[in-house]
Amino acid sequence: MDWSQSLRLIAPEETITVAGLVLLLVAAWGGDKASRLISILASVVLVGAMVLVAPALCGQAMGPETSAFFGQFKADAFASFAKILIYGSAVITLMLAPRYFERFNSMRAEFPLLVMFASVGMGMMVSATDLLTLYIGLEMMSLASYVMAAILRNDGRSAEAGLKYFVLGSLASGILLFGMSLTYGFAGSTSFAGISAGVSGGLSNGALFGIVFMLAGLAFKISAVPFHMWTPDVYEGAPTPVTTFFATAPKVAGLGLIMRVLLDAFGDQAAAWQQIIVFISLASIVVGALGAIGQKNIKRLMAYSSINNVGFILVGLATATQAGASGMLVYVTIYVAMSVAGFTAILMLKDENGNYVEDVPMLAGLSRTRPAIALALATVMFSLAGIPPLFGFWGKFVVFQAAVQADMLPLAFLGIAASVIGAFYYLKVVKVMYFDEPADVVKGESDIWHKAILTIACVFISPLGYLLTSWLGDTANKATTALFAAL
Amino acid sequence: MSGFPILSLMLLVPLAAALVCLFLEAKAARWLALAATLVDLALGVVLWLNFDVGGAQWQFQESHALFAGFKYALGIDGIALLLIMLSVFLMPICIGASWKSVEKRVGEYMAAFLLVETLMIGVFAAQDLFLFYIFFEAGLIPMYLIIGIWGGADRIYASYKFFLYTLLGSVLMLIAMMWMVNTAGTTDIPTLMVYDFPAQAQTWLWLAFFASFAVKMPMWPVHTWLPAAHVQAPTAGSVILAGVLLKMGGYGFIRFSLPMFPEASAYFAPLIWGLSMAAVVITSLIALVQDDMKKLIAYSSVAHMAIVTVGLFAFNTQGLEGSMLVMLSHGLVSGALFLCVGIIYERLHTREISRYGGLAINMPRYSLFFLLFTMASIGLPGTSGFVGEFLSLAGIYQASSWAAFICTTGIILGAAYMLYLYRRVVFGPQNNADAAAMPDLDAREILMVLVLGLSVLWMGVYPESFMAPMRSDIAALEARIARAAPEGDAKVTAGHAKPAHEDVSAHEGAH
Repeated sequence: MDWSQSLRLIAPEETITVAGLVLLLVAAWGGDKASRLISILASVVLVGAMVLVAPALCGQAMGPETSAFFGQFKADAFASFAKILIYGSAVITLMLAPRYFERFNSMRAEFPLLVMFASVGMGMMVSATDLLTLYIGLEMMSLASYVMAAILRNDGRSAEAGLKYFVLGSLASGILLFGMSLTYGFAGSTSFAGISAGVSGGLSNGALFGIVFMLAGLAFKISAVPFHMWTPDVYEGAPTPVTTFFATAPKVAGLGLIMRVLLDAFGDQAAAWQQIIVFISLASIVVGALGAIGQKNIKRLMAYSSINNVGFILVGLATATQAGASGMLVYVTIYVAMSVAGFTAILMLKDENGNYVEDVPMLAGLSRTRPAIALALATVMFSLAGIPPLFGFWGKFVVFQAAVQADMLPLAFLGIAASVIGAFYYLKVVKVMYFDEPADVVKGESDIWHKAILTIACVFISPLGYLLTSWLGDTANKATTALFAAL
Repeated sequence: MSGFPILSLMLLVPLAAALVCLFLEAKAARWLALAATLVDLALGVVLWLNFDVGGAQWQFQESHALFAGFKYALGIDGIALLLIMLSVFLMPICIGASWKSVEKRVGEYMAAFLLVETLMIGVFAAQDLFLFYIFFEAGLIPMYLIIGIWGGADRIYASYKFFLYTLLGSVLMLIAMMWMVNTAGTTDIPTLMVYDFPAQAQTWLWLAFFASFAVKMPMWPVHTWLPAAHVQAPTAGSVILAGVLLKMGGYGFIRFSLPMFPEASAYFAPLIWGLSMAAVVITSLIALVQDDMKKLIAYSSVAHMAIVTVGLFAFNTQGLEGSMLVMLSHGLVSGALFLCVGIIYERLHTREISRYGGLAINMPRYSLFFLLFTMASIGLPGTSGFVGEFLSLAGIYQASSWAAFICTTGIILGAAYMLYLYRRVVFGPQNNADAAAMPDLDAREILMVLVLGLSVLWMGVYPESFMAPMRSDIAALEARIARAAPEGDAKVTAGHAKPAHEDVSAHEGAH
């Protein structure tokens, strides 16, 4: 291995980083007036990065060697799959954001830059094959996210969200670091290959504690129960485009990271962590479903929904099989589309003064006043509930099928029975929009980008999405083959 | 005809019309919906005429590998054919029933109904396990909207109850399906129907399927969503709910539970008998004391469905054929009864029985048709109700004379509550001036009840038309489950009747 090979493998990260630094200078001189230009350029760069990572997903276009910097970093098909989702979510965030921030006169030039640097961090997370790369990527994402949550400086809720996210996030990072140090101490290496070799003779208690603490830290990042408490507050308080970002890209990155850590580094010790994941998964499904029932704010509701969905995604991880891992990737892809559609629709809910409507009761009778938005939101809700023929069903289908194939029937039965609880609050939103008398609050017009994004995302989660199942499944299989080949 | 994808076309016509209806104003939406359902009815007739009775078991097959993990595979046998015919026959009547009574959001209403039609045909035509599940479950969304938007006063509660009840039943079935596909290695329903699952596993699989079908059917004691949903749904919603959606439960038993898990079906047969006996007696008695006409008919549906379940789990040809006929007949009759209730509800806007009376005087034509359907519901010979109930009960008599005895009381109780209803609504003095002033049926209404009435008589006088297509399929099913058939206590042999008290103790646990 030589340096040029390594540098070639991290081309997407280099591109975004260099472009980010250049745009930082533009921001420094251009000020907030240049924010729109920076947003557009940042989107172009991120799309370019997607193009750069795509070849690794289509066979071994980047060459057979995918490991860079002496096992620190891996640009394989799995990383590419996750990165395409991450960069895609970032681009969508950048497209949604300007309109929202202009309303508050706070479209700041930093915002697109933060999105870019967070994307670099998330790209590193899913590519990390060493605890240190992992941590650097994670912190890079987290620090950018804290600022993004609080970027609406004249809004108390936004500041609160940023502070809560920061304090709890730092605590989680600390726990994660502690777990990493235990793992290093008992496995004798920070690289995943080294850890895998180090624990091959069986897990010592210390290494087990290492796993537990690392999982605690990582569960925080994907807002899985019992480390989910920050989610509703941050989702509600953060500006909606930022919430869209939080619900999509960091989820993909966090899940990718957990998959790499557990399936690569501790792949041979599945029995040790499977029961933890089973617990986290079921607890997330139940708590996410129950917590959402009383929510009046639709962003809080989506926060609980994301906890609930993470629970379902983790069902795939609990199987510790390749089918489970592929199922997770398929689910995560569909989940990203559902979140994007959901939050875009929420961004289109404005009253006549242009203020954003977030209260669920205010949506009463939306199907009569704004049928298109109501139809889109109803599609998202039924899809999140996993009712066929909407595409959200397919995500649940593949992870539960993996669980059944892995003979984890109790998990499958409990998980799917709990999904009925979740259906209740999704139905409630549909009920308010379709059954109640119009409150006639939502009046504002939306711009063309919102409509375009919403339409594309809704078509994807409509029954037409099933036509993609073969392609999506094959691609996810390719990605997880790379993940499991590393063992 | 063989290569033409007629089943896909039958799915496509209402689906396309549903999408267009969303964008149309009221009048155009009504006409388009009527046209689409009539086209589907015509296609259904073509389907029936081209169905080769006594030919291959599965006909009109189509298969395309469009999806990962499952296929778009359609095909029908005689059983599915008849249920599809029932669906396409009732749909134009439903549209007709909503012609005037639905005034708000007509386009969406028609779209929802056409979507329901697509999904119902899909359920009966699907030949892939997961495709079946998708159609089966997807029906929840439009029905939820129909009950919730166009229903009566308590519609929200009813719509939730309907949705969550049926969803909980179905998701457990999904896990069982995944296990089956994983074990058998195929999603093809005809293959799975002859696949022998281990007896131990069958028990669990049967229970998971039972959870879904018992709720859909609905069987006592998980029937409580039905009266709520029926009462609150608009007339056409009730017609389609009683007419076709309930049949999905029976179809599920006949297509999945019995052929795929014969041993488990035999093992659980006493449970089914017990629940059915309880249902017949309890829900009939409940129906007897109802003040609300729709609720009364809804409870009578539960009682009739119980006759279907005993017939299915009688493990003999008579029982199975009888159950199919009861399902078809109940589809027509309960649909017609809900329609009759809807007709007077449209005039007086109340379903309370005591607000009517003496309708025979001012609505003679209405009274005539209502009487026909009342008699059909009771099971008077000559009407469709008799044939099916007689065969069903004759079938169960061979398996369990106790079950037959108790279920037959359903006919007497049925006569009681239906005749009592008829007396209070149609006969007696005209106590209510507004009810006495109601006009008789108009041309649209006569057309709807006339076609229903004629088919009820057709099925009652010449049931062979309906039994011929399914005969070989029922025979195949009977042969499949014969190995597990529980030994009956009746031992029917001509001239050698045994004393009834023997073997009674063996069946006491079932009651």
